[in-house]
This record gives sequence, C-alpha cells and structure tokens, in this order.
Amino acid sequence: MSRRLTIGPFNRVEGDLEVTLDIADGRVESAQVCSSLYRGFEQILIAKHPLDALVIVPRICGICSLSQSAAAAAALADATGLPMPANGRLASKLILACENLADHLTHFYLFFMPDFARAAYRGRAWHALAERRFQADVGEALREVLPARADWLRLMGYLAGKWPHSLALQPGGTTRAITATEKVRLLTVLREFRAFLSSRVFGDTLENVSALHRADQLSAWAQGRAGDFPRFLDIAADLGLERIGRASDTFLSYGAYAQQGGAGRQDDHREHLFARGVWRDGVLAFDEALISEDVAHAWLFGEQPVHPREGETRPLIAEFADQPDAYTWCKAPRYGSRVAETGALARQMVDGHPLLRALVAANGGSVLARVVARLFEIALVVPAMEGWVRALTPGEPFCHQWQLPDQASAVGLVEAARGALGHWLHIERGRIARYQIIAPTTWNFSPRDAGGVPGALEQALVGLPVGEDESVPLAVQHVVRSFDPCMVCTVH
Amino acid sequence: MKVLWLQAAGCGGCTQSLLGAENRAGVLAQLADAGVDLLLHPALSEASGKDALDLLHAAASGALPFDILCVEGALLRGPNGSGRFQILSGSGRPVIDWVRELAARARQVIAIGSCSAFGGIISSGENRTDACGLQFDGDQAGGLLGPDFRAAAGLPVINVAGCPVHPGWVVDTLLALALALGAFAESDLDAWQRPRSYTEQLVHHGCPRNEYYEFKASAEKLSDLGCLMENMGCKGTQASADCNLRPWNGVGSCVRGGFACISCTEPGFEEPGHPFMETAKVAGIPTGLPIDMPKAWFVALAALSKSATPRRVRENSRSDHPVILPGTRKGGPK
Repeated sequence: MSRRLTIGPFNRVEGDLEVTLDIADGRVESAQVCSSLYRGFEQILIAKHPLDALVIVPRICGICSLSQSAAAAAALADATGLPMPANGRLASKLILACENLADHLTHFYLFFMPDFARAAYRGRAWHALAERRFQADVGEALREVLPARADWLRLMGYLAGKWPHSLALQPGGTTRAITATEKVRLLTVLREFRAFLSSRVFGDTLENVSALHRADQLSAWAQGRAGDFPRFLDIAADLGLERIGRASDTFLSYGAYAQQGGAGRQDDHREHLFARGVWRDGVLAFDEALISEDVAHAWLFGEQPVHPREGETRPLIAEFADQPDAYTWCKAPRYGSRVAETGALARQMVDGHPLLRALVAANGGSVLARVVARLFEIALVVPAMEGWVRALTPGEPFCHQWQLPDQASAVGLVEAARGALGHWLHIERGRIARYQIIAPTTWNFSPRDAGGVPGALEQALVGLPVGEDESVPLAVQHVVRSFDPCMVCTVH
Repeated sequence: MKVLWLQAAGCGGCTQSLLGAENRAGVLAQLADAGVDLLLHPALSEASGKDALDLLHAAASGALPFDILCVEGALLRGPNGSGRFQILSGSGRPVIDWVRELAARARQVIAIGSCSAFGGIISSGENRTDACGLQFDGDQAGGLLGPDFRAAAGLPVINVAGCPVHPGWVVDTLLALALALGAFAESDLDAWQRPRSYTEQLVHHGCPRNEYYEFKASAEKLSDLGCLMENMGCKGTQASADCNLRPWNGVGSCVRGGFACISCTEPGFEEPGHPFMETAKVAGIPTGLPIDMPKAWFVALAALSKSATPRRVRENSRSDHPVILPGTRKGGPK
C-alpha cells in the first residue's frame, strides 16, 4: 500500500518547512523537502555600500543573526586582507560562541525535546517525566532554561550591545571595548551558566562530560543521573534514536573559532578550536573550489551548477510551469558533487572527538549523534570561552579601520550553530556587485541536484516507519529536528 | 486571552528577542500567568502539520474564537500579486491570504516588528517580493489590510515596531491587553500606530554618551567612545524608542554596543539614502538633526560646544577607553 503525505506547517523549526513523503508498506520510500519562503536577500544586497551588508545580513535570520554578521565581516576583512587586533578576535569569538551555545540550548529545550512529551508516547516508562519537564510552552524546564538563557545573553549586552541584530562585529574587530570591571562581569555570566549546565543539563561537570570517549562510557555515565541530557539519553536508548536519521555520512566543517585572522579562503593552516575539513571515512583537507550550487529542482533561473563566486539568484516570477521538477526555493549545494552534512556533529567528526567518531562508526550520522554532538559542544566551548575572557586586555585596541576597496572578490567562511556558513562577496566600483550565501541548512535540507541525488535530510528520511493513521509521523519529526534546521537562513 | 501567532516573511528574530525577556520564570510563564494562552506559535507549539493546520482552519472559519492575532514578518504580495513567494506550508495557500482571513476574525491585530508593521528590511532595494506591512507600506498607510482596517475591538493594527522588537515592548503590549488595564484606546498609539508606551521616548534619552553629545565630541572611527551622531550615522536623537532607558539583554543597547542607532522602529529605516554607518551631511552639517531642533540653533550650539569642550572629553571621544579620568574635587562636589 502506498500513499503520499505532505507535512506542513512543520513547527518548532526556525522558518517555513514542508516535507512530502512517499510511503510504501509503512516506510518512507522517498522524501522531498520544500523551503516555502523566498525573500531575496542576495538581490537586496546588490548595489549597496559593502559595509551595509553588516546591517542587512543579520536580518536574514533572528536565531543565526550574529553568525551571518560574522560571515559578512570575515568576507569584508578578506576583501582587504585586514588583520584583527587580538582583543577584537577574542571578542568576536565570544560573541559567536554565545549565539551558538544559546541556539543549542534553544534547540534542545524548545524545539527538540517537546516531541517526547506527546500523548503518543504515553505508556513509555519515561513519558510522565518527559511531559512534566519538556512539554511545549508549559514544561517545568522552560521556567529554568529561559531565565538561564536570558542571563547568558547578557554576554551579548556587554560585547555586542544587543541580540539579535547587532553591528558590533566588524571586519576590523568589534565596536565595544571591554573594561577591566566588565571582564569580571563576563566571567560571572560564564560561571553562572556553567553552574546551570552542571546542575540542570548534565548533572556533572563540563570536563567530566567532554571526557566521555566511548559509547559504553556514555551509557554507564547516564544511568540514573539527574540531568536533562542523561534523561534524553535514556529516552534515546529506549526509542533506538541511534538507528534513525543517517544521511550521506560526508561531513563538512569550515572550522570554528579561528585563533588567528579572519575566516577567508586561505585559512586552512590557521588554528581553529574545531578544525576545518571534510570527513568521509577519514579526514580530508577542505578545498573551497569544490563547492558548487545547482538549481535543477528550485524555482530559480539557472543552467549549470556553478561555484558561489559566480552564482546568481533569480527567482521564477511566472514561469513555474517551465520548471515542473522544481519543488523548493532552496538551491542544492554540493562539495565535489557530493551531498554533505554540516553542523555540530560535522564539527566534531572533523575535529576528532572520540565519542562522536565512535557513534558514527557504529551507526552513521543519527538523531542520537547529532544531539549528543550539540550538547558536547556546549561542554567543550564554555571552558574555551572562559579562557578567551581571561585573555582580553583592557586598554589594548579592539578594532582596526577598514578601508573600502574599489574592487575585490572575497569569501567569509564561519561555523554557525547549525554548521558551515559561507558568504561570497564581489565589490566593484566600491559597491556590492554580487553576494552569494550558502547557509548550513542549505546543505542539510538541499533538494535533489541535476543528477537526481537527494539532499541530506531527504536521504535521512528514507526508510523511516510511518504508522497507518499517523499524519505527522514521530520518527520523521525526530529526524527533521535532529538537524536543527534554520529555514530562514536556508533560502534567505 | 487567546493568541494566535503567525510568522510571515521575517527572520524570527522578534520571537528570539521576546524569549530573552528578563523574568524570574521566563517570558512564557509570565505571559501564561497573566492569562495569555498561546494557541499556536510556529517556534513554540507542540502541534505540527495537520494538527496545526486544523487549528488554523478552525480559527479562520470562526469555529475557534480567539482574541489576538500577532504577525511577525513582512507580507509578501509578489510575484505579480500572487503571494507565491510565501506559501503557508502544508496549506497550498499564500500566507497573505491566511493573514487577511485571520485578521478579519481577531479582536486585535498586532504587528510584531518593523517588517509586519511597515515592510522592513525585505522591502529595501527594488522590493522584488512586493513586501509590505499589515497596514503600512513603508510610511504610506495601506499595506496588506488597507488604511481603513479595524479589528473587531475597533482599533487599527497595533504596530510594535523595531528590528527586532525589545522583549519589553511586546510583553507590555500583551499584558496591557490581557490584564485589561484600560490601555489601548486609539489615543494610546502614535502617528505610526505604535504603542506610545515605548515611543514617547527618544533613543537619545539615557544615552550613555550624553557628555560627548553635549560637547559635540564625536567618534571618528568604530569603537571610539565619542558621540556617534556627527560621523557614525547615529539617529538616536530622532528615533522613537526607550532603548537607553530600558536596556537590551540586561545591560546593552546599540549605542552602548558602540554602534549607531539606525532608527529601526521607524518606517523606511531600511533605505536611509546613505551608508548606514556614515552620517549624511551637507556642507559638513548632518542632514538629520535632533528632532524638534531648528538647524540654525544646532549649528550655533555645535560651534559653541565644540569650542568649549574640555580636553578630557575631546581626548576620550577619540579613544576606545578613557585616557583621561574626570578630575577629583577636593572636599567633594559642591
């Protein structure tokens, strides 16, 4: 028996998402992912003053706002080869890390965990607890997480003025010099967040968490432990979340939190907190020239796959009938013509965290591995941030002046919470002549390419069980949300 | 008070900002305790797919009565008036059609953010998506619902404008309605239909750079401590909002963060006609002068105050940290 099921509006993801499934014999046979909103930021940017990109691009996305700023600032810095003073670099990393960790927390508590509180899971041993703690809108955890998140975002108040949508990240550094007293306050915010993470999220110290290197250690550690992450691990073991959600198992990371310089094309040799590279049965060097985008299944004009440096974005206005194979506004990015997955799991695969490598070796990319990677990243990044705050030197500069080049071609490659984010910028006569963006979820929620190869989520959904009377299949929801999609970034 | 929240063509940043509201139990508990019942919110609700769509159909048909429609994001009328640039997922229908239907059922309609109020950032450039606000297209009355639209309770669209909104602006507005304190007669809205509760102030009020402003000791480059008005594009003396009286994220604001106020609560902020981070000038004088101040007065005051600037203020204005401390008066200030 076969049927077609369209799921939308797909809530608790950022932005507009529709998923269409062809189901045969109770399993997903094929999937189509549709990004149903087109706004045209790449067109809006044309002919603007290059620095105006810093006002415009954060407004692509209110949850990856400063990641978009960081990519634009990196591209602008790349356009002139401008170095950043040490303080500006540290402050930029702190700002980006603050957003990324806030997003991981938001994803876990507001977007992902509420699905386990659903009535359909009544009867599972863990359901009553999941319902009390994680239910959408009213779960008791929200009363703890939202205030902790608001306190955490005070880092943004100090370093970036506000969140989202700040102009603090500039090609030459940051606009807000931190004083000695403010260093103390930043550390206080970090210490309070650390205490919240230890007591509520992990039930252990961050260092003990990130030192777990094997799957059996992780299960033993989680046994009977009070903390929302161990509670998730208990649920995941019962539902077999390590066995669903496998995509292409090619993982892409541009490298997160560069220790030096910006994040341009030539930064491979620079040290990142989490390395730059590609994982496919082993680590490969990243080559920016291998990226291309294809519009064969998008409501966009275009013929051949092109590198984003030459890309354009022109929406169909009335010619929809001419593109019968199109089903989304999203382009199909490929790395060396392969489908790649990006995000916290990709970062840890490339960087080499033993636990994440072990989880993927056992079962491939999965719902479990993606969620574990996000939580581990929180445990790994907070201590690094403490070091960055301590390294700030009040009185030393935070920002260099940027000189507008008359002509330049540049790229900014950063890691947002959801993965690899690239901005390709071309300046002519002192104005933006071309601006192309590939966001993390453009990779993950890509449509088919010209060769008919489905994108990462489209692959991950195949084979999932769908009950006869299920209109919004649970397994499908877990897999979709395990990517923490940001649909507003996807198409932009 | 039942609230239906739709996300049109925006970035979701107003919701993200709202979630950062400072409250002991978090903003969702705060709203719930005041009787605000979020029937559906795309980023927060359990319901997805058919469950969410059934609820929207019931609300649109009148079978499910509700009080408030909050719309976040601009309304996309393109291409060619079809609304196809944003189809409500799963429904096959443009979001603008849903908004028109639901607005007709709501007791109050609230635009959350400058996109749904006026069109916002997406309407800049050539505005190829034909983006507009609920009841304004930039500074022109009209928008998606038309200038004569009144929600069932009698008010036009309430524009909680800002890019993004400050969480307090949304909380204050929803709570004023939920707790029925008598607020929100039409006289509680300003000329742009924004709640006067946050637009009776200027961003300039409470600006921490006030001493630099007084002496026209201006920042010359990014990260300088000086006033951002003369060179750096700041419109805080013209923009309506309480950003420096009620801080962002506990301690911040745009000017506290070291960069210009771009007047994001005003219609048309997205097309200033000059680079955002530079002040537009004619013959060396900013074209955007402090609100209510005649040009001749400003020129005279600026000349006088520049000539009277203490060395400390002048030097510090061009540095990213104070290089000269305020003097200490023996015996204490008199």
